[in-house]
Amino acid sequence: MKHCLVVDDSSVIRKVARRILEGFDLKISEAENGQSALALCKQAMPDGILLDWNMPVMDGYEFLVELRSLPGGDAPKVVFCTTENDVSYITRALRAGADEYVMKPFDKDIIGSKFAEVGLL
Amino acid sequence: MTPADLSFLARFLKERSGLIIGEDKRYLVDSRLGPVARKAGIASIGELIGKLMRGGDTALAQSVVEAMTTNESFFFRDGTPFTQFTDVVLPQLIAARAIQRKIRIWCAACSTGQEPYSLAMLLEQKAALLAGWTVEIVATDLASDVLERARNGLFTQFEVQRGLPVRMLVEHFTQEGDQWRISPKLRNRVQFRTLNLLRDFSPMGAFDVVFCRNVLIYFDEATKGDVVRRIAKQMPADGYLVLGAAETVMGATAPVRSHPNHRGLFMRTDAPAPAAARPALGTGAAHGATLATPPATSLQSKIAAFRR
Repeated sequence: MKHCLVVDDSSVIRKVARRILEGFDLKISEAENGQSALALCKQAMPDGILLDWNMPVMDGYEFLVELRSLPGGDAPKVVFCTTENDVSYITRALRAGADEYVMKPFDKDIIGSKFAEVGLL
Repeated sequence: MTPADLSFLARFLKERSGLIIGEDKRYLVDSRLGPVARKAGIASIGELIGKLMRGGDTALAQSVVEAMTTNESFFFRDGTPFTQFTDVVLPQLIAARAIQRKIRIWCAACSTGQEPYSLAMLLEQKAALLAGWTVEIVATDLASDVLERARNGLFTQFEVQRGLPVRMLVEHFTQEGDQWRISPKLRNRVQFRTLNLLRDFSPMGAFDVVFCRNVLIYFDEATKGDVVRRIAKQMPADGYLVLGAAETVMGATAPVRSHPNHRGLFMRTDAPAPAAARPALGTGAAHGATLATPPATSLQSKIAAFRR
């Protein structure tokens, strides 16, 4: 079973994302900001990360840059999931090493489509 | 709506669009025609059907047909047909048309345009391979309102996130507020036309590839057989017909047979047997195009194909 880390400061979004992703047979962990997510990744790299952009302590972009510099940090497939829907954010995320990008609001079809595209389903 | 109303509507839709509806689709009639009646200022669906019975209002008749046809579409829908297009169909055609250097593609029920634009994006990725070639994409649909949307090439945030890889979004679309517009280059690759598949479409000429996915399921066997026969007549012997994954042509199999290795892909019954793996001819070989049968198709292999 593949392991996905859901990183979002909203417990509601984490809960919704967990429900959707568990429906795809993924094992889920949660973190409420980039720093906590980074600590979890240092313990064990997940196969995939669903990542919010705007979070306190460490935002999603900073997390991604840090992650990609870690040993083995290039392995997880990172799917941004954010209200930042301007193309400049998307481009910035891709350059930093994001694999896919979901513009909120999302539904099961969108998450499924994006996760399939990066090979997590 | 009385049983007689529903019965009239069923005959009306079959005549106009080939669409088959039964008593079990009463809920669909209610949900689809309610808005049409309201928009036309008609008090009930029964009254609306009465107006259709009296005839004379062609705009209302067209609105009813358009409302009852299903227009769901999304980019790279089902994945596999697009992998087959790039990995099987295109290399084969590039080899076979090395002299003419022309390929014609028809999307026979294009809805809001996601299917032809998906093909246009794939062709764009193969631009080097197709340098000096003319590749036409003709996209047709019965419903003029969805065709208008397709022509505009403007898609909602929701639509561009279903099936479309984000890198393709950034490469081929421009953001306009909350919506995304396809690039003029891709827009101009596709010719959109209104067409009813029940009518004669022979003047459109021959097509090397015909996408007719998830349309035949709405027709009865006789209509399905007729449409497939007429499509096959528009295809050269080595052309391809692409149907939906769940669609069969049983009972209408005379003009086409399924590809032995690729579900959903059909060829004329008089087509030459699919060739074994061998290098493509002409420019294709120079660019490494082959006829090799790809591994089992999936969304993942679709993505791999995009990135090649």
